[in-house]
Amino acid sequence: MSVATLGYGDLPALLGRLTGDEKHSPSAHSTLDVLWVLYDRVLRVSPASADDPARDRFLLSKGHGPMAYYAVLAAKGFIPVDELDRFGDFDSRLGYHPDHVLIPGVEISSGSLGHGLGLGVGMVLGLRALGLTQPRVVVLVGDAELDEASNHEAIHFAGARGLGALTAVVIDNHSRSYPLERGLGGLFEVAGWDVREVSGRDHAALQSALTATSRRRPSCVVAAVEPAR
Amino acid sequence: MRGRRRGACAMTETMRDRFARVATDLLDSDPRLAIVVAEISAKLFGAAAARHPDRVINVGIREELMIAVAGGMALTGLRPIAHSYAPFLVERPFEQLKLDLGHQAVGAVLVSIGGSYDATFEGRTHQSPGDVALLDSLRGWSICVPGHPDEAETHLRAAAAADGRVYIRLSTQQNRAPHPVVPGRFLVMQRGSRAAVVAAGPMLDAVLEATHGLDVTVLYATTIRPFDAATLRETVVEPEVVLVEPYLAGTSSSEVARVLIDRRHRVLALGVTDTELRRYGTPADHERAHALDAAGIRSRIERFIGLPQPARLATAI
Repeated sequence: MSVATLGYGDLPALLGRLTGDEKHSPSAHSTLDVLWVLYDRVLRVSPASADDPARDRFLLSKGHGPMAYYAVLAAKGFIPVDELDRFGDFDSRLGYHPDHVLIPGVEISSGSLGHGLGLGVGMVLGLRALGLTQPRVVVLVGDAELDEASNHEAIHFAGARGLGALTAVVIDNHSRSYPLERGLGGLFEVAGWDVREVSGRDHAALQSALTATSRRRPSCVVAAVEPAR
Repeated sequence: MRGRRRGACAMTETMRDRFARVATDLLDSDPRLAIVVAEISAKLFGAAAARHPDRVINVGIREELMIAVAGGMALTGLRPIAHSYAPFLVERPFEQLKLDLGHQAVGAVLVSIGGSYDATFEGRTHQSPGDVALLDSLRGWSICVPGHPDEAETHLRAAAAADGRVYIRLSTQQNRAPHPVVPGRFLVMQRGSRAAVVAAGPMLDAVLEATHGLDVTVLYATTIRPFDAATLRETVVEPEVVLVEPYLAGTSSSEVARVLIDRRHRVLALGVTDTELRRYGTPADHERAHALDAAGIRSRIERFIGLPQPARLATAI
């Protein structure tokens, strides 16, 4: 069974099937544009290559509010569009936090904050040990999620080991309670990462930042969006 | 360093030494294996790291990352062995064990050292009598408690070749001689009718001494999860069961209740009782404090099965 892939303009309708809300603006979802650019223009992964050891990996560390993720996965043919209607049902594969055991194309099961970067570091090391130096591992984290100390273990280790295959995308929707002395980018910079700061709504800028990676240093893209309400 | 550390003198190879030696060999022969440590024991794996720099990873003093890295490596198809002191392997990164391994549905081998009170001089921070009970709460973990370096090797080789989640609990407390253990099975050391005594790992020597001359079955458990229900059912005569475990007392009581659900039975669960002893000294001192020495075990078994108490107890009053 082939699944027709859909475009960016179809996302509001897909989101509507998840939430039952007809009028969906992309800005209601902080991660939507980043996810779209990743799956549409950056990641070398498709439903056909979802089990290929050499595929790029995307890890949604910030597992809550996965509607935008599910909408993009449906648009790209990883999951049937009809499944979106049963979001959260007892026998649905789509929970309020994604489960990689259930959903094709989902790389990790997440929900509890602060697990994606550590798992991503392990994936980069695992791929390297297997001789797979091409695949990239992209981890999406939220700005407030970076409060969790587990992230800092991963950030400093990845910088020290120069894990160039690792990219962190920080969605900055200003949901932190406490400011950072050197900003979100500074957190990564002091650990030896390359940092780029772009608008989380500008597709061209996101694509450019997400593809301009070095092989010797991990890269961080801070994607700023509207403050969370 | 001062004081005497039982079982850790320079002449004998510890379970930890054996683990490092065998794991290093296994890395050479199995390209799927990887070692992940957080500084502790990193030097023991120096030769392995020189030969396999991509498969021996020291993450620094970052235990949450150690388990997360194991989980990420397992997601790519490797078989990681994570290793540290028990409190830093099981307690500190407990959510990573639950989520980065269990919830991701990937396997790994955890190898701990330190046990309940190997580190008597170090105090509570380095003691982990609750590790087995904690891991057991996650379900799905195989838990091995070898009592001798040879048995540690047997369990390590089996775990490395398997796919699931396996915890191997090493200790400087060990029995004098190895036994021909089979992973997953209890070994029948002696048969009797008054009770079945299950001795876990390093408790065996004390249990054999304690039960000398008593009409009881002694089962030797080096795999405590899954609990070998078949062997217990097959050997128990009177439905009286004594558990002697070198970690939190009662850790396996619910297993016995499950095995003997169709029989009226009694359980005496011996193990570590006071987890905040706030004492130093030697492991032997701690064994006595928890009444896990042969005398303490024997008097409690005799009371449990209704034998008259020895005269020395009467004269001590």
